[in-house]
Amino acid sequence: MSGRETAATADGGPRRSAARRLARNDAAVGLAFVAPAVIGVIGLGLIPFGYVVWYAFHDWNPLLGEFTWIGFDNFDRLLGDDVVWGALLTTFTFTALLMVLNISLALLLAVLLNQRLRGITTFRALFFSPVIVSTVAWVLIWGYLVADNGGVNGALALVGIDGPNWLRDPNWALVTVVVIQVFKGVGMNMILFLAALQGVPGELKEASRLDGAGAWRTFRSVTLPLITPTILLVSIITMIAAMDVFVPIQVLTSGGPGRETTVISYLLYQTAFRQNDFGYAAAIGVLLFAVTLALTMVQWKWRRRWVHDEV
Amino acid sequence: MKPQLRIRTPRAVATATTLAVALTLTSCSSGGDDASADGPVQLRMTTWSSNEEHQAVLQEIADAYVEAHPDLVSGVEFDAITDGTYVSAVTTQIAGGDTPDLMWITEAYAEEFVSSGVLADLRPVFVETEGYQVEDLLPAATELWRGEEGLYAYPFSNSPFGVYVNTDLLAAAGQPDPRELIADGAWTWDRLAEVASQTAQAEGVAGIQLSVDDPYALPNDAITPLGLAWGARPWSEDGTTCAYTSPESVAFFDWYHSQVYDHGTFPAIGETVDFASGQAAFRIGQLSLSAGLGDTFGWDFLPLPEGPAGTVPVMGQAGIGVLANGEHPDVAADFLAHFTNPENAAKLARFFPPPRESLLTTETLRAAAPTLTDEQLEDTLINPARSATTKVGHPRLSGMVDTIRASMDSLWTPEADVEAVLADVCSAIEPSLAE
Repeated sequence: MSGRETAATADGGPRRSAARRLARNDAAVGLAFVAPAVIGVIGLGLIPFGYVVWYAFHDWNPLLGEFTWIGFDNFDRLLGDDVVWGALLTTFTFTALLMVLNISLALLLAVLLNQRLRGITTFRALFFSPVIVSTVAWVLIWGYLVADNGGVNGALALVGIDGPNWLRDPNWALVTVVVIQVFKGVGMNMILFLAALQGVPGELKEASRLDGAGAWRTFRSVTLPLITPTILLVSIITMIAAMDVFVPIQVLTSGGPGRETTVISYLLYQTAFRQNDFGYAAAIGVLLFAVTLALTMVQWKWRRRWVHDEV
Repeated sequence: MKPQLRIRTPRAVATATTLAVALTLTSCSSGGDDASADGPVQLRMTTWSSNEEHQAVLQEIADAYVEAHPDLVSGVEFDAITDGTYVSAVTTQIAGGDTPDLMWITEAYAEEFVSSGVLADLRPVFVETEGYQVEDLLPAATELWRGEEGLYAYPFSNSPFGVYVNTDLLAAAGQPDPRELIADGAWTWDRLAEVASQTAQAEGVAGIQLSVDDPYALPNDAITPLGLAWGARPWSEDGTTCAYTSPESVAFFDWYHSQVYDHGTFPAIGETVDFASGQAAFRIGQLSLSAGLGDTFGWDFLPLPEGPAGTVPVMGQAGIGVLANGEHPDVAADFLAHFTNPENAAKLARFFPPPRESLLTTETLRAAAPTLTDEQLEDTLINPARSATTKVGHPRLSGMVDTIRASMDSLWTPEADVEAVLADVCSAIEPSLAE
């Protein structure tokens, strides 16, 4: 008999010992379940990120066979590179536009679809369906629609409007990509908001109405505060996805016209995989990670000021 | 009441998790082939064609080599990368240590790959291989692939650019047959543009579609080469000085800009057209395009017209190189000598116009383009192949293509100041040229 079992028996008898064994088994099963995710995070997330940081301190051109330690030179170069800061500004603009449009539209749709009407699930499925469509297929189709001689301008011409060259006009290109991306992803946020709206207790809304509040006042003062945890979640995941945006830029604009839609992740791709400057691209990747982490931390810190029940 | 359970982390599970992570990482980091192992090796060649007929002829040639050298090679894999990211994908493979043994390379990147030292010198193997007939290779075809002393790739495909014309559209628009213009000595870029513009206006189609679907995303690849007929080049012969601002370049881009925005000859940026669907009067293209045209409309294939600097045949070229830091460069070079010997070059000529003088015949090339007449083959393939120039490359092209595209984008508006934009292009690429 082990010392631990003796202690268990002395402490509370065989029942407690059995409970501990059960606890250990539960823990083992639980850890076995999370192990694949842990392996994934470590093997596909943390270790590759460690390599990215390591590469950022090197001059690495695989074509020339160069891999030389250069210390902080890539980061020095970052500080003076107008193209990088321009891309970062474009990324912020893209992210801000996308967050405002996506979250507003998702909330509006969720409120409209939070009704007990015949056939409402069909509408919910309709708005959610773009989420499950391949992103490349989605942006390719939109690319044809918003071409200068495409369907959108064809439809506008029918009502006498001479539409712009959506993806090639510096004034419209970024906005067009944002709108295409909003339509693609709004369904997911809509579903999250819908779930949150359905979790708002009906008695609170009823009490508000009994106190004389109208529909808007009830929404603003009762419903909206109660779904702020979901708004926080949606804000964080939408922001991270927007900061990483790549596919629509690659397929629709290749970063143009000029560099109007060159976001930081696309610049990273260009630097690494088109210009073979892998070390500098790694430094850009570290910058993107740091900026995204900082923005997420800011959102997390500020949650206490506006998220319901956060202390 | 349930007892409060305190969950401890069982050491066994932690150990198992650690082991699993370690095993996963170990299995990820271990290579596929053991280079030090004896016995036959598996070769891999990256290509950008997944065409089944192409793959069949490549495999047929490879299988014969494997059969003849079972102790040397166990098989040859043709790895098709077809999504438009070919160069990036292969470079990434090299960066990741998964270097292919052999690779296809386009002419635009020839200088970059040859000068980088990433390719093995093939001349010794070609010279030593019995019956290879190195002297049969056209000097014009191998020019790009020669280094200081060696030959760094075999230019397996040499396909001059020509002009496809939808003769039905021209006839409907009351325009002359381009063959008559050629016979009259009036086959010039100006005349071609005039016919294209008038056909476009009369028939509601596009005038001239360029060689790629979105030429404005690849201006250095699809637009600048037309300027060779003006004597326009992107940079000097030695690659150190920008030439976008030369009088010839300005004249060419001025002409092109005017044709787009004043005459509607070329589709403007953002417009999509498809010659094969009858949406354009002309298309700049190569031999392989003829296979997809069918007989839904009448068409012809003509040589490039004359510009202010004369008629300059432009050739699209592709080479096969052996990666010097691949696992089996010697075996790969020996395989390539077999793959491109006169007998197998004739087999490849079914799809790829060969670089061998002995194979530049209508008889050989008829198999590659059965829809073309002997006259078309002579005019657009055989004669230009002996003297054609290739698109202008540069040892640091990869680092400049996106910069050129970005700085040239402002040219594609009706009110653009051509000379000022070209000056901006030069400012943007001069640091790279000066490296």
